[in-house]
Amino acid sequence: MATASPVQPETLRTLPTDAARQVQWGFADRFDLQMLVQATRAVARGPVARLVANGGRNSHEWTDGKASLLEAFDEAGITAVFMNPEEGGLFAGPKNLALALVAFELSWVDGGAATASLAGCLALAPIHERGTPEQQSHYMKLAAPAQPGEDRKPLRGAFCLTEPIPYVGVDTGMLNGKVRIVEWKDGEEPLLQVEKRGRFITNIGFANFVTAAVDSDDERIKGSCMVILEEGDPGVFDRGTPTRKMVHQLSSTGDPIFNLRVPATRIIGGYEIKDGVLIPRFNHSEIIEAVFRRTRVTVGVMTAAKLLSAVEPVIRYQRGRFRGAETASPGSVRYELGLQARQDSLHRLADVWATGEASASLGFAAARAFDELDPLEKEMETLYVGRGIVGAKAKMKLLREAADRAGALLQLPTGDARRGALKSELLLRFVALDSLADVLCPAAKLWNTGCGAQMMREAVSLMGGYGITEDCPGFLGNKWMDAQLEATYEGPEAVQRRQLSVTMTNPVFVAQFRSWIREMRSIASEHPGTGACALATAMTMWLWTLDHLQHSKDADGGKLYQSARQGVTFPLADALCWLLAARCQILDVLRLEREGAADSSIAEGLSGLVNFLSDLCHVQSARASGEVARICAELVFGYNRHPAWDEQGTRGCWHEDELDSLEGIMPGINSYGFDIIGRDGSHPKKAGPCVTCPGESPFLSLQTKLAGCLTGSRLAKDRAAEAISKIMIPEALDYPV
Amino acid sequence: MSNVYHIVVCAGIVPDPLQTLEPITTPTGPALKNEMMLPAVLDPWSGHALYEATNLAAHFPGSKVWLVSAAPKAKLQQVMMNVAQKASFELIPIDVPANGFADAHSVAKILGEAIQTIAGLDRSRLLLFGGWESASRGAGVTMQLVGERLGIRDQFQGVDQLTVQNDGSLEILERIEGGRHLVSTCQGPPALLGWATGNLPEPKNNPQVGMANMRAIMPALQKAKPASLFQNVRYVSVTPPKQQRQTRVVKDRSVDEIAAELAEWIVQS
Repeated sequence: MATASPVQPETLRTLPTDAARQVQWGFADRFDLQMLVQATRAVARGPVARLVANGGRNSHEWTDGKASLLEAFDEAGITAVFMNPEEGGLFAGPKNLALALVAFELSWVDGGAATASLAGCLALAPIHERGTPEQQSHYMKLAAPAQPGEDRKPLRGAFCLTEPIPYVGVDTGMLNGKVRIVEWKDGEEPLLQVEKRGRFITNIGFANFVTAAVDSDDERIKGSCMVILEEGDPGVFDRGTPTRKMVHQLSSTGDPIFNLRVPATRIIGGYEIKDGVLIPRFNHSEIIEAVFRRTRVTVGVMTAAKLLSAVEPVIRYQRGRFRGAETASPGSVRYELGLQARQDSLHRLADVWATGEASASLGFAAARAFDELDPLEKEMETLYVGRGIVGAKAKMKLLREAADRAGALLQLPTGDARRGALKSELLLRFVALDSLADVLCPAAKLWNTGCGAQMMREAVSLMGGYGITEDCPGFLGNKWMDAQLEATYEGPEAVQRRQLSVTMTNPVFVAQFRSWIREMRSIASEHPGTGACALATAMTMWLWTLDHLQHSKDADGGKLYQSARQGVTFPLADALCWLLAARCQILDVLRLEREGAADSSIAEGLSGLVNFLSDLCHVQSARASGEVARICAELVFGYNRHPAWDEQGTRGCWHEDELDSLEGIMPGINSYGFDIIGRDGSHPKKAGPCVTCPGESPFLSLQTKLAGCLTGSRLAKDRAAEAISKIMIPEALDYPV
Repeated sequence: MSNVYHIVVCAGIVPDPLQTLEPITTPTGPALKNEMMLPAVLDPWSGHALYEATNLAAHFPGSKVWLVSAAPKAKLQQVMMNVAQKASFELIPIDVPANGFADAHSVAKILGEAIQTIAGLDRSRLLLFGGWESASRGAGVTMQLVGERLGIRDQFQGVDQLTVQNDGSLEILERIEGGRHLVSTCQGPPALLGWATGNLPEPKNNPQVGMANMRAIMPALQKAKPASLFQNVRYVSVTPPKQQRQTRVVKDRSVDEIAAELAEWIVQS
């Protein structure tokens, strides 16, 4: 009797198209962004790729070739992305997603090109976020490319925060840059003398202006501030020597020295005079907090692009690996599949791909969150004015009250009508989104770059020796090195972990996180193939661990969850990032499935694409769950002292005599006993009696449950691997090598 | 006002030439494997026609360019995200499931009908542009058929250059054998020009041009009328161009020796 063979689910046929990515990453309805992507791509895969292929990275100097990229950025609208239309920009509204897409496209080819483009925005960001209206109008307009009828070159900027500390390196918290008043005539603007040395300052090779952080060196100036320095200001504007960096060579980096005289109107955000003291409206910390909060997201997206860009070159290399050899004749498995005949090659590529998907999803989710937050921040400013709330303390009080209310509402069941206030009330919307942005930004920066750098090494290794040559298609070796810089600049990993260790305990965030567990379970019931259920269990475990650590002490009575105890807080922050990335990945695939069917250009093959991406979600969820289980187990158990073979440690152990006496009453009990102390005091050869964990038993239950939740994850990986071996790729890479 | 042109460019879309193009047989005839899932570009030959059209319009104020394209609407929208940044034009989209194997007569019919409905088009000023070939299959007759339907007698194919003379006549260079051109002069519009590569580079993307274009393109795409194609052509067999690959692993040979052997092989092939 013939048996029906099971129907194979449809799977991936081609690499994901632009249309699919637009839906996945939430800009299918934004043709302005879609055009920006195309314009940026043309620059990335044209002039940028040609420059890299021609050895443009082999120099620390700012060359004509590198400078020509700036003009290409101007022509393609990349420079103008940061500006509003009235300033010469392309479109109004928030720019976070737009900048993330620019970073993604440029980094697909070269991270340094992306940095060169984004550093200009970074220089403008202090002015954009906290500048006076006059400063904003002046610098934003001049930094925009020339408009029709204008004959000028756009101003280029550099952001100067870090500075050298002798024999040590850099410190962003301590400012050695100084500002003092050198002239202050009655009724006139004070004149300032600014001394600043910078370290690793991007764009300095060509910048016309610099936004620099300085501290007061004058009792007539209060605290720190940021000032705008211009190339033509009287004094020293020394660009310094180019940094001999081994990465991102298409961007200019150096250690400049400034000693310039500028009017006080250059203080970013302005100032007021009180009792003869000049008080800047914003100190440098307030400004950089507002700046880095946004710009770090784009860095995370850059590393995501590297991983996804590696997929096609690796597939092509694997398939063609043996072609041309005498033993590989056309039509043979060796000829057609090459290294892809081996499961390991496919599985490892699936890991790279899954990580790329997760990091892109996390990065773009963060960018979208800031796009949503930006207008809310402006509305909040109006609200403060309307309610007559002035001063940081009064604002904090209002926000704290709102946070308490939001936290309480978030704990209500999903269908409860009272939760509607979370969407309708500005204050509640703001605190909820703000708490989320506070987590997503450092998470995207930390996880995408750190984990991305490790996975880029994996991608390079999949190319064999070819991977670490200049001839490697896709410049994968460069990208691996570049990823390491991305993990470091704009706030190294420790800074991101430090921020997360604070923001992830915000009750409003925790309440949202708790609701995500329910969300993942619900998704799992309808899309079991995504790994959402395993993720929900891992999220539960993380939350339990956080709560446990916040209320527990170590073996010496030391508090576990506290600011100084980075051995506790930092790994837990890492664990959270794994969860966030995997969740965002699942949500993006579901969006694609939900909205993709309406787009006829992706409707064909959509189910195959969704099936494949769901399998990658499952792969990533399993990996994330495993990481979370490992980290949490170490934290939960690692701070207890292991029992020893001493009196206290053996208090719960059986003694041989006791068991012998019980044997008569309970025959066989001897065989159930372990950690038995012999008559002569001997004991099993191991570190000590096995640990009993009455307080941690819920954790052990979760651990057991999580292990079971991984069921099917390897089958998903097998399916993804098989799909990768069959996917149709272009004949050649669309940029030179 | 004498040298004002109404330029209509007919342009299809084709899969990105870098993609793997594998013909397959479907119940409705031949097609390319996964064609709907491959990224598409404006047919390169038509692209040259478009860039020449916008360049001509820029030199003669008052002139206007329309781009008429018969293609799956959603795919066309993706292509426009790039093309709309390169030139200013008004899009006349026709939503049809066209591919490289569509019947040229059928495509010509719907293109011709669409052109006839363009509001404000002055047929006495009409220059009908298109590619003399297509990167998809290259039937090479579609433009002639559209011209016939519109009653345009002055037709030129393989055009590389159009120069407007002082008296308003058009000097046209058409490709002929041996890398030479046939020089013709016609009195003026209406005329049909099937472009080869022309002389202009592909314009760089200009998002501001794109933003301006898209304000009209998106509504046009949303309103695009679906049309259907008839298929009178029957394909007996379809094969892609043959790739010839002869690889040998050679060691201990100088670069000059290898180059000499390659040159000899090329001459023989």
